Amino acid sequence: MAHGVCVITEFRGGAFRRVSLEVASEGRRLADALGEPLTAIALGDGVAAAAAALGQYGVEKVYAVDQPRLKDYLAETYVPAVAEILQTLQPKVVLAAASVDGKDLSARLAARLGAGLAQDCTELKIEGGALQAKRPVYAGKDLAWYAWADGAFPQMASCRPNVMDCLMPDSSKQAAVETPAVTLPAETRTRVVSVEAAAGKVDLAEAQIIVSGGRGMKGPEHFAIIEELAQILGGAVGASRAAVDAGWRPHADQVGQTGKVVTPTLYIACGISGAIQHLAGMGSSKFIVAVNKDPDAPIFSKADYGVVEDLFQFVPAFIEEVKKLKAAC
Amino acid sequence: MDVVVLLKQVPDTETVIKIGPDGKSIVTNDIKWVINPYDEYAVEAALRLKDSQGAHVTILSLGPQRAIESIRSALAMGADQGVLVDDPATEGSDALGKARILAAALKGIPFDLIVGGHRAVDDDENQVGIMVAELLAVPHLALAVALTVENGQVRIDRPIEGAKLTLEAPLPAMVTFGGAHAVWNPRYASLPGIMKAKKKPLEVKKLADLGLTPDQVGAAAAKVKVSVLEMPTPRQAGVKVEGDTAGKARELVRLLHEEAKVI
Ligand SMILES: Cc1cc2nc3c(=O)[nH]c(=O)nc-3n(C[C@H](O)[C@H](O)[C@H](O)COP(=O)(O)OP(=O)(O)OC[C@H]3O[C@@H](n4cnc5c(N)ncnc54)[C@H](O)[C@@H]3O)c2cc1C
Ligand SMILES: Nc1ncnc2c1ncn2[C@@H]1O[C@H](COP(=O)(O)O)[C@@H](O)[C@H]1O
Repeated sequence: MAHGVCVITEFRGGAFRRVSLEVASEGRRLADALGEPLTAIALGDGVAAAAAALGQYGVEKVYAVDQPRLKDYLAETYVPAVAEILQTLQPKVVLAAASVDGKDLSARLAARLGAGLAQDCTELKIEGGALQAKRPVYAGKDLAWYAWADGAFPQMASCRPNVMDCLMPDSSKQAAVETPAVTLPAETRTRVVSVEAAAGKVDLAEAQIIVSGGRGMKGPEHFAIIEELAQILGGAVGASRAAVDAGWRPHADQVGQTGKVVTPTLYIACGISGAIQHLAGMGSSKFIVAVNKDPDAPIFSKADYGVVEDLFQFVPAFIEEVKKLKAAC
Repeated sequence: MDVVVLLKQVPDTETVIKIGPDGKSIVTNDIKWVINPYDEYAVEAALRLKDSQGAHVTILSLGPQRAIESIRSALAMGADQGVLVDDPATEGSDALGKARILAAALKGIPFDLIVGGHRAVDDDENQVGIMVAELLAVPHLALAVALTVENGQVRIDRPIEGAKLTLEAPLPAMVTFGGAHAVWNPRYASLPGIMKAKKKPLEVKKLADLGLTPDQVGAAAAKVKVSVLEMPTPRQAGVKVEGDTAGKARELVRLLHEEAKVI
């Protein structure tokens, strides 16, 4: 009989990713609603020593597979290992992070286990003892609730970063850690050739604050003020497709229906008109600020705080005021 | 080299989505249908391989009759052949059902490389391509913004914040594309291309042609399905910050700090 909730964590660079703590917290809420236990599967290099701390987020027991080969995610090592544990555990609900690796792992596991999967969910609940998952479709123009067929276990869902609330860690709690013996394939075909990492860069999808620029920025050199504002706010820089197509910003910065879909607590759009494809990518931000010199720009209809101004005048003045605030705090 | 593109037809991204009377599907009249933008990048990437080193490019799509138009568009861009799986018995398939159908179709099409999008911008399932890779037991490299094939190995670059990751796998393999339009800038179909496309082979297959039975895919086999579609609560326009430039800057900081409490 399928029983309990199991979360699959991501362990990178010696720590659990924040999104995994969000997933564990959500797992705790679902486990409570079911009245069943919460377990976790943690793979990684050095993960066994860190695993007990997942207890602070409500995990009761962690199945940890600690091997140097599991430092980076590769489907060929991760999928068989996690599948083997899940087959023994038989959980009712399986949750993972909707990160690039988490989505790859979840989809492969679902195909291998013959399970139903809802990716990139923004809300989960238990109804009549079964999972229901809400996820944006059409890049957020609509919201779909997914339900699983009777007896279709595990019910699998991946959770969009930055959406599910993290529990306050309870440092008095520790999870039990078990290290099951799993067999990894002797060789893998896929190879990480190189990783060039930029230190300290915040991932757009996980950024709490995003400052974006559009065609109104008029050229790549003017993004210096956007960068400066993002930096003092501790946020990341985004862009509209117009700014990316013009070659002013790297394509990884594009926010929208064919770019990143983001949900920061604060999104500041500068010189962006608010085309439907752009709104689709940032429309569920908690607070939206729009800076645009055209009072009729569609972006104002979605903005919590609208500033009708020339951005080249306003943004530097705003930076000064933010600096004053930070100095006072 | 044989390259197969998984191509889905989706509503144009300008489309304002309306929910149908059943409350779980969308109103599809008056929709302009286009190739899923990410699949269009995959078509472009496949054609670049064809241009640089020679490749036979097949477009594979699961969908209704109207999807033929999108397949023809890809043929007009330069792809060689099209296969459409169109069968009422496939309706109501979940992502795994769709992946089973595409994987079964791929058993009948030679491939070294399968390419597709990382998501289709309609239901944004984010999983069909990956599941196809799993069912065919081939490596999958996600979110490619650069692609090369050399000595039987496929290599991609994936952006990771401000930097990049390079991955490699032996063929046969699957690559899915992310990245913005600016990366791939898909070519337009030329007039001669459009003329030629009309004569290129395009097969339409039924489930039985793939050796599948309706109980393996379709609504009855779906493990997960949409129960309700909702419109998000429309965002209300908030306040316009007033004052001179410096005054607005001060007021915005105050609002974000004291009211929204986000800075
Ligand atoms: C298939 C498809 C997919 C797409 N996907 C995306 C996507 O993912 N993301 C995306 O963003 N777009 C996407 N688009 C493009 C989208 O339709 C718009 O073209 C684009 O978002 C416009 O970018 P923008 O707002 O920067 O430029 P514009 O629409 O040109 O707006 C510029 C704004 O800047 C303002 N401005 C100018 N100067 C100043 C100044 N000095 N001070 C203040 N304000 C100023 C103007 O008033 C104007 O409102 C897509 C389009 C298609 C067809
Ligand atoms: N009906 C389909 N026909 C062909 N390819 C598809 C279909 N559905 C999904 N795909 C492929 O799978 C990718 C991911 O789609 P999805 O999982 O639906 O977001 C798409 O970009 C396509 O490459």
